Amino acid sequence: MTGTLEARFRVRRGEFVLDAELVLAPGTVLAVVGRNGAGKSTALAALAGVTPLSAGRIVLDGRLLDDAAAGFVPPERRPVGLVLQQPALFPHLTVQDNVAFGLRTAGAPKAEAREQARTALDEHGLGDFVDRRPAQVSGGQAARIALVRALVRRPALLLLDEPLAAIDAELRPALRGTIRGVLDSFPGSAIVVTHDIADAEALADEVVVLDAGRVLQRGPLGVLRAEPTDPLVSRLLAGAVPNAGSGP
Amino acid sequence: MSRAAARRSLECAAVLGLLAVAVTGCAEQRSATPGSPASSSPSTGRGPAGTITVDAAASLNTVLPKLARGFESAHPGTTVRFSFGGSSALAAQIVAGAPVDVFAAASTATMATVTDARLTSAAPVTIARNRLEIAVPPANPGRITGLADFADAARTVVVCDPQVPCGSAARRVFELAEVAAKPDSYEPDVTGVLTKVETGDADAGLVYRTDVLAAGSKVKGIPVPQAADAVTAYPIAPLSASRNAALARAFTDYVVQRGAADLAAAGFLPPR
Amino acid sequence: MIAPAVVAGVLLAGPLVALLVRAPWDRLGELLAGPVVLPALGLSFGTASASTVVCVVLGVPLAAVLAGSDGWPRLLTRVARAVVATPLVLPPVVGGIALLMLLSRTGLLGQPLFTAFGVTIPFTTAAVVIAQAFAGLPFLVLSVEGALRGVDPRFAVAAATLGASPWATFMHVTLPLAAPGLAAGAVLSFARALGEFGATITFAGSLPGVTETMPVAAYIALTSDPGAAIAIAVVLVVVALVVLLALRERWLTGLRA
Repeated sequence: MTGTLEARFRVRRGEFVLDAELVLAPGTVLAVVGRNGAGKSTALAALAGVTPLSAGRIVLDGRLLDDAAAGFVPPERRPVGLVLQQPALFPHLTVQDNVAFGLRTAGAPKAEAREQARTALDEHGLGDFVDRRPAQVSGGQAARIALVRALVRRPALLLLDEPLAAIDAELRPALRGTIRGVLDSFPGSAIVVTHDIADAEALADEVVVLDAGRVLQRGPLGVLRAEPTDPLVSRLLAGAVPNAGSGP
Repeated sequence: MSRAAARRSLECAAVLGLLAVAVTGCAEQRSATPGSPASSSPSTGRGPAGTITVDAAASLNTVLPKLARGFESAHPGTTVRFSFGGSSALAAQIVAGAPVDVFAAASTATMATVTDARLTSAAPVTIARNRLEIAVPPANPGRITGLADFADAARTVVVCDPQVPCGSAARRVFELAEVAAKPDSYEPDVTGVLTKVETGDADAGLVYRTDVLAAGSKVKGIPVPQAADAVTAYPIAPLSASRNAALARAFTDYVVQRGAADLAAAGFLPPR
Repeated sequence: MIAPAVVAGVLLAGPLVALLVRAPWDRLGELLAGPVVLPALGLSFGTASASTVVCVVLGVPLAAVLAGSDGWPRLLTRVARAVVATPLVLPPVVGGIALLMLLSRTGLLGQPLFTAFGVTIPFTTAAVVIAQAFAGLPFLVLSVEGALRGVDPRFAVAAATLGASPWATFMHVTLPLAAPGLAAGAVLSFARALGEFGATITFAGSLPGVTETMPVAAYIALTSDPGAAIAIAVVLVVVALVVLLALRERWLTGLRA
């Protein structure tokens, strides 16, 4: 098992300040919930190395990834996978080449990377789409392809940003089940950002509630439900706070 | 020239004239509409008045305006405007119908294209002649001593294109001197040659003697003996398209009769 | 609305139509194969192709720098963009004079080049390519910069988290996604290079087969051999139309991909 994360950091973006404390035991799945603008995506960007820290540090499996004072490992050298809300499959590459992309950057020869990509797609039931362009697959298929694309690199930490937000409501349960299955067999840790409690319930071992750049509460979903420390937590968990507000 | 060929060349000239007029936007500036005060003939009968436009070879662009100032003070109420350019291009514009009152060309051949089209209202008169001279940068980095250096491929030399007057004169000079010139550029006008000598990119160029004088200290002139036998003449003539024929003729006569001193001062040779 | 629109149409199309109507079609082949036009034709296409390559090689990095200039001081960005666009609005002759000031034997850069290596740039085919690249570069840079800015930045984020260095991300993701803009810019700069006259005649000179490109040959032939001038003009008009039509096609295919 990998994915021991110790991340305590601050990110400043103009007026907005995020103070996050994300500590994971290996192999755990953490859901980060909160309203729009709570700082969920910013937290993922900091972990992925897309946004530099203003203070604090990120250590993954004993390796220092980012320290506001001491050093910064760029995103391409972090054992971190990121799946964006819109899956951002490269439109000019076939599905197979999309998945092979992250293997090629790791130095695999082209034929080998493509072969591995095909095998991975087959394993996830996506073998029919290898030669298609991203524009020729459905939203759900694209989300699964993006997941495979991130997994073939065997990251220690997998970041999923609203993996189901762009999916039609009636298709969500099935895809949620698929992701659950993927995460069950994934040896590392994962962080799933979502504003949908159903995602947190289905996918995560623990939940962090974020609001206005601060952690309101953290714990297993049952504990949060039973003993909310903040009125917003109970309202969020009851699904009573839809996407209010906007921001980073 | 066959009739078909004549028609074709007229058509071509018309198209080119149209382009030239459109491009330079001089149509409006030049058009002297009938009855407008600027172009109407004088009613006082005390000599010519009004405004005329003179198309003249670029090499005349310091002398003619000076003469015009004298003409204007001698004839109050008159204004002479100029359009300087390559003679060949100006001639093409005139043949295409540009409303011009007087034409001063840098070669008789160029003037002939206008007289052939029966566009002059009096026979052209030669007001001056010009001869070519070698222009070199002041320090003469190419150590140019004479025409023979124009055959040296190692030296950078420029001349006018043979299709324009200064270029055809250059060709004659080389023929007379029996020099197989190897120019690095055939410039479309004498200004192009002079610029390249002034910037030092060319070791030498063949320009008019008047250009060497006008350039002052920026170039040095080296006389060419053979140039004496390849002089170019500057004919001037009033044009039949003029809406102020009296003024056009008066200015032409003034230049012919009173221009000698100023032309000589600028380095031109006397008409003969 | 209609009347000025018609006038505008006539203003744009009229001269082209007139040129095509009056072109010496019966002698066109003979003129094009003749001693004036043929060397100019070959030289023009050769130099325009070379300058387009120069534009792409130098212009794409510049476009990338500009596309990433959002963090710069605003004044610096403005000045940089104005400098890039200057050749678009500058009279070409002025461009030629400016090139002379820089690269002539007595120029800022030309003088050390000449004294150190004996290299002279004016009067060479290289000078033609430089003049053309100077004129064509803005088309390429502005077109590519716009295309790069139009690429969704999430693709670059995705590429980085998939292990791609900034260079690999640019070469394998961002630039391919900006390919339609790159193609359009390259075609436009080629067309501009083919039509370049003022800077060429001022900076490079005019020698058949070396520096006398089609527009220069047309200008010089204008007074003595109008037929040849018009034949060249016809070629340039046809090339311009073909290029623009091709460009349209490329835009469409680019967007479809």
